[in-house]
Amino acid sequence: MSEQDDFVTALLDPEAPLPRDLATWNGSDPATRFAVYRNNVTVSLIDALADTYPVTQTLVGERFFRAMARLFVQKTLPQSPVMSRYGAAFPAFIADFEPAGSVPYLADMARLEQLRTQACHCADAAPLSTARLTQLLSDTQTLPQQRVALHPSAQLIRSDYAVVSLWAAHQDLAELHRVNPCTPEQALIVRPGLDVEVIPIDPAMYRFLEQLLGAASLGRALEDTCLTHPDFDLVAALGLLIQRGLIVDLPLETTT
Amino acid sequence: MKTSITSESLSCGAPAQAAQAALAELPVRAGASLKPDHFQYILNHLPDIGFFEIHAENYLVDGGPFHHYLTRIRERYALSIHGVGLSIGGESPLDLQHLDRLADLIDRYAPAVFSEHLAWSGHAGFFLNDLLPLPYHRATLQRVCDHVDQVQNRLKRRLLLENPATYVEFSSSNITETDFIIEILQRTGCGLLLDINNVYVSSTNHIRDPRAYIDALPPGTVGQIHLAGFSQEQDGAGAPLLIDSHDAPVAAAVWDLYDYALCRFGPVPTLIERDGNIPPFEVLQAEVRLADERLNSDALRGRRS
Repeated sequence: MSEQDDFVTALLDPEAPLPRDLATWNGSDPATRFAVYRNNVTVSLIDALADTYPVTQTLVGERFFRAMARLFVQKTLPQSPVMSRYGAAFPAFIADFEPAGSVPYLADMARLEQLRTQACHCADAAPLSTARLTQLLSDTQTLPQQRVALHPSAQLIRSDYAVVSLWAAHQDLAELHRVNPCTPEQALIVRPGLDVEVIPIDPAMYRFLEQLLGAASLGRALEDTCLTHPDFDLVAALGLLIQRGLIVDLPLETTT
Repeated sequence: MKTSITSESLSCGAPAQAAQAALAELPVRAGASLKPDHFQYILNHLPDIGFFEIHAENYLVDGGPFHHYLTRIRERYALSIHGVGLSIGGESPLDLQHLDRLADLIDRYAPAVFSEHLAWSGHAGFFLNDLLPLPYHRATLQRVCDHVDQVQNRLKRRLLLENPATYVEFSSSNITETDFIIEILQRTGCGLLLDINNVYVSSTNHIRDPRAYIDALPPGTVGQIHLAGFSQEQDGAGAPLLIDSHDAPVAAAVWDLYDYALCRFGPVPTLIERDGNIPPFEVLQAEVRLADERLNSDALRGRRS
């Protein structure tokens, strides 16, 4: 074991012996001083998770959240100094964390918040100009072969629970007492400008966007969506994407 | 075992001041940490501030509001970039991917200064999110110098290395911190980011004389100064243990030590560093003004003498 191996082991495990090389000017027990580092590492990582998952924390309370986060931190150190990437595995950890079982939508809420952080720092892209959009969409011959490239931050979430409404209620965008947590919900999470948007969508739109994000052509996406949702409204769907500035390109599908 | 410094390099003469001028690419004024809470205020009010400083790692993202605001603020202000993740004091090899991303960030924003820490924060592929201490002896000196060389070669610029705040010492250390730093500066050509709060915190924690620490450092090597607040605890024997918390105003004793350092080093670009309990921008700006007043009065003193 190297010196820093010993140091790291002692940092992460309060039961592990202190590094042998530690010294204090007054001969005091170095454990008290070493505890500053132990505390800094763990608390700063728990704080980082609390920043990314504020509603998740509210749902279970700060004490429960921090105790749960502490267990995650002990198992999962960051692999990069870029802290906005830290904690991507936290929703999966919550899903398997039995003491959180009484809040069955907790892991999905964490997933929603994780997607918001990802969208926030994702690459930028400008929407296609209205003129170009009009030109491309009016060519009905090639339209079915066209792919719809959405903003790079666009991601979908689907839950058996009303996490989208619950999240909105915690932003004061909806009334909490009106939310039935046991309603399945879907949302598109995207950051077309500076602000991340959580856009509630219906199952048909979810299916359609799933196809588009999987690089299906407009024709194939429509066909697939109508199989399960025959009343799918393509014009309304494209209208939403255009209005929110989410279409960044309409390339022709490359034959595979 | 102490490394020797020539008496010439210790004298406060004109050559030292010339070297200082060459180092100080930032305006010789006080600046502030740039915090997302203040982005909009800064663009709306364009406060009169010498420079802003960012933590590099917060901006190693592909897009979004951080780059949007930093781009606009950079158009109007001088910038220094402060890294917290290179782990220059680490046993592990430097993370080359991280170094590449830093190089891209530096190319994009052309900061006047890039600085890092005499500390380690990563080990065996993991990042520990704290600045951890290292013993001072020949082997660690070699390791740090190799890493500083590697960073400067990759970034094609001079690094400023920050003196640490520490809570423990090591029985294997046989070089003083100042001699350790001086030898790094001499061997690698990097400059010193002198964190006055760290000098005060470490000196209190290890019962050393903070002024002697300042006196031991050669003029002409300090490219930037950091000032910040600390919090206070006690060690196992009840002795004061100061924590470099960056979440409070600069303490009176640290201001005094800053004055002392300015007398020795002359006016140096100075950052008011704040990372926790972020106050409204005006409060931070008031602290920046206090530093500016000290910088100006010292400049006057320097001209009179």
